[in-house]
Amino acid sequence: MALTLKLNGETRDVVAEPGTPLLWVIRDELKLTGTKFGCGVASCGACTVHLDGEPVRSCQTYVEDVEDAEITTIEGLNSDISAAVQQAWTELDVVQCGYCQSGQIMSAVGLLSENAKPTVEEIDLYMDGNACRCATYQRIRAAIQRASDIMEA
Amino acid sequence: MTLNTSRRGFLKSAAAAVAVLYVGARPDGAIAAANADGAMLNPFVKISSDGTVTAIVKHFEKGQGPATGLTTLIAEELGVPIEDVDYEFAPSDAGTYNNLLFGPFQGTGGSTAMANSFMQYRQAGAAARDMLLQAAANVWDVDMAELSLEDGVIKGAGHEAPLAEFVRAAAGITPAAEPRLKDPSEFRLIGSANVRRKDTPPKINGTAMYAMDLHLDNQMVVVIAHSPRMGGLVASFDESDAKGIKGFIRAAELPNKASVAVFAENTWAALQARDALSVEWDFSAAEARSSDAIRDQLIAAVTADPEYNVSGTDQAEVAARIDGASTVLDETFYFPLLAHAPMEPLTCTIEATADGGVLLHDGCQMPTGPHMALSQILQLPMEKVQINTLFAGGSFGRRATPDADYQVEAALAFAVTDRTRPVKLVWSREDDITGGYYRPAFAHRVRVGLDDSGNIVGWDHRIAGQSIMKGTPFESFIVHDGVDHSSIEGVPDSPYNIPGQFVGLTDVAKATTVLWWRSVGHTHTAYVMESMIDMAAKAAGRDPVDFRLALLEGGDKDQARIAGVLKLAADKGGWGKAAEGRTQGIAVHKSFDSYVAEVVEISGDADTGVQIEKVTCAVDCGIAVNPDVIKAQMEGGIGYGLGHAMRDEITLTDGEVDQSNFPDYEPLRIGDIGAIEVHILPSTEPPTGVGEPGTPPSAPALANAIAATGLRVTALPMINNGVEFM
Repeated sequence: MALTLKLNGETRDVVAEPGTPLLWVIRDELKLTGTKFGCGVASCGACTVHLDGEPVRSCQTYVEDVEDAEITTIEGLNSDISAAVQQAWTELDVVQCGYCQSGQIMSAVGLLSENAKPTVEEIDLYMDGNACRCATYQRIRAAIQRASDIMEA
Repeated sequence: MTLNTSRRGFLKSAAAAVAVLYVGARPDGAIAAANADGAMLNPFVKISSDGTVTAIVKHFEKGQGPATGLTTLIAEELGVPIEDVDYEFAPSDAGTYNNLLFGPFQGTGGSTAMANSFMQYRQAGAAARDMLLQAAANVWDVDMAELSLEDGVIKGAGHEAPLAEFVRAAAGITPAAEPRLKDPSEFRLIGSANVRRKDTPPKINGTAMYAMDLHLDNQMVVVIAHSPRMGGLVASFDESDAKGIKGFIRAAELPNKASVAVFAENTWAALQARDALSVEWDFSAAEARSSDAIRDQLIAAVTADPEYNVSGTDQAEVAARIDGASTVLDETFYFPLLAHAPMEPLTCTIEATADGGVLLHDGCQMPTGPHMALSQILQLPMEKVQINTLFAGGSFGRRATPDADYQVEAALAFAVTDRTRPVKLVWSREDDITGGYYRPAFAHRVRVGLDDSGNIVGWDHRIAGQSIMKGTPFESFIVHDGVDHSSIEGVPDSPYNIPGQFVGLTDVAKATTVLWWRSVGHTHTAYVMESMIDMAAKAAGRDPVDFRLALLEGGDKDQARIAGVLKLAADKGGWGKAAEGRTQGIAVHKSFDSYVAEVVEISGDADTGVQIEKVTCAVDCGIAVNPDVIKAQMEGGIGYGLGHAMRDEITLTDGEVDQSNFPDYEPLRIGDIGAIEVHILPSTEPPTGVGEPGTPPSAPALANAIAATGLRVTALPMINNGVEFM
């Protein structure tokens, strides 16, 4: 079926079968590969994108359900909050292998969008669904706090 | 240093194109250099006359930091800001880019990337610097000794110019056999906390290219229907139900009869078509055991006399010492199979090249292995196989199989096509978790005798497990007199003064394919040694740190260094000064020539639930080239060790793996560890490993903390013993 998606501020026409996860449309059809395949069962968060600003797992989001939504991927981040998050990630050199970090950043931007000054407990709760096999969690937590400070400054 | 006039002559006559200076090593290890048209195509550094400097990184980047580390070495000796040095991953060329600790083999593993590159890449950078200085000295007609190269600028004797101006001339100079290396007092980048990771920028904006991200024109995606039991073979398959899936191309049995390849136009179609495929398996040669049976077999093996006497000591004499001791500790330990589960599922792409060969795109950990495998499977001469190394989304050992398992699978799939379309192999997480190549299961039984004063008088240590190295090309290096060193490392070579130690090993048949897993044998040996030492300290009524330090008073360097990190971790971790409601445990272990001690502080207990509040780590890894990368590797190694010890195991029922994805192979989560603090012990020793050594002490330090609340865990994972984690 032909679909029109609103993605990263642009209108994109795609052809995909109903039931196709948004993840694979983004990666294989639109060739935006910053959004990662990690588990396929919404258990690792590597595929996190925003729908109308809210983080969702794109591996469990069907493409036909998102035609009315504004979809944002890591490539389309463009806000003061995302800039603060990416600056903090850079300052603290959060990444190791980096494969989960697009999803981590998408979730972190989601968190800071609804809670500009999260506590450690709030960070741990919100980020619980984003796995990092390199265990960069200490730096993720610190970078979210740092991004919060940057936003406040 | 001499001027090569013929080459200068050649360069003079060359067009004014960009000149490039290549500096690397010949196969015999000697420093060599060439210009863009020179014979040496594979250097360690290339410097262009437009000022671009590029480090050619021979180790793949799975997050452990060589893209930063090896680039640091070049920038340091060359005298350019690290921000101005780009990097590329080396092509497959075992003659030039071999791991100096692996012989004629290009690969990353055993925490050796920095240890084997430290002098080599510095020498390349230093040789390039001296050639540029000599070229400038020639042009300015001054003595080279008067010149220096710093921040990319050559200056001295009243002159000053950017190095780019001398690249063309430098390419004609013969490099010194042994260029002068900087004295450590001159280091500006090595040891600096200000050097930032080179791979951060592309990894925070989605532009970093992993093998999973490659999308070649006209590519096919192939997913593989694997036997649900190890060793099963395809009896027949029916693709009728897959034909209705849009994008499905075809299914084909692979030539090794082990699996069915499902080809499709895109990943989702391939995954769906595989689900729709119906395969009849021949399990006659397949594994049928359950992990409970494997466990019973291992426990029985450590209860009997061992197959190999590893220590060479008298088993009966040691047993007599223990039997005559006033206190005897007798513990049996069990360690389950574990999957690596790197974040990026396994994947690679093979495409035909214009010269009739193939190009493998891969987050390639050991290029020489897949290079040879592709050459054999596709019947191509070695020079017709090329490898393009991309970022790898983690490995923890999984991408380095002695049999190049997933690259072989891709090659077999490519071989059953007409080879006109690129073939991209994609594994799902289920393929990964159920796919074998696990950390082998191991059992230990240890009997320790203590005298009236709490001194160890005998230590009988039996180990049983599945050898990783036997039957692989690495066997001849690691297995001696039947003993796979990777099964026992950390026990017979323990730095503790243990009088009367017997160590025995029994190999049992492999129930699955097994593989090194971050820190290999140390994953279980450190747990056992540091648990037993803790129990011995308790039995002796001594403080665990004091007890360990007393066992390290032998005066050798190993003991001094391990005592050094033990004291540093105890000091920084506030050993013995835990706050109300907190309990501490400590462990220390040497692995990959590095020394790491960790204090784990928990709240709660086994009954009410445990929360890991803080881990304090001290590491001695020689010269700390990139201190922040080292800290990151300790943080990651600790998380990897603790997460698996807490919750994870791979089990088999009638030969089938019970787990399939993260919901039942639960990764460490952000809230599992409250804080990690890493301290680096200053050192002037050569740099040693950091990727793995953070892992071994973490689980026993946690076990020792939990034991202090009342429950000694001797079988992993901890949750199987009733321990709940908050």
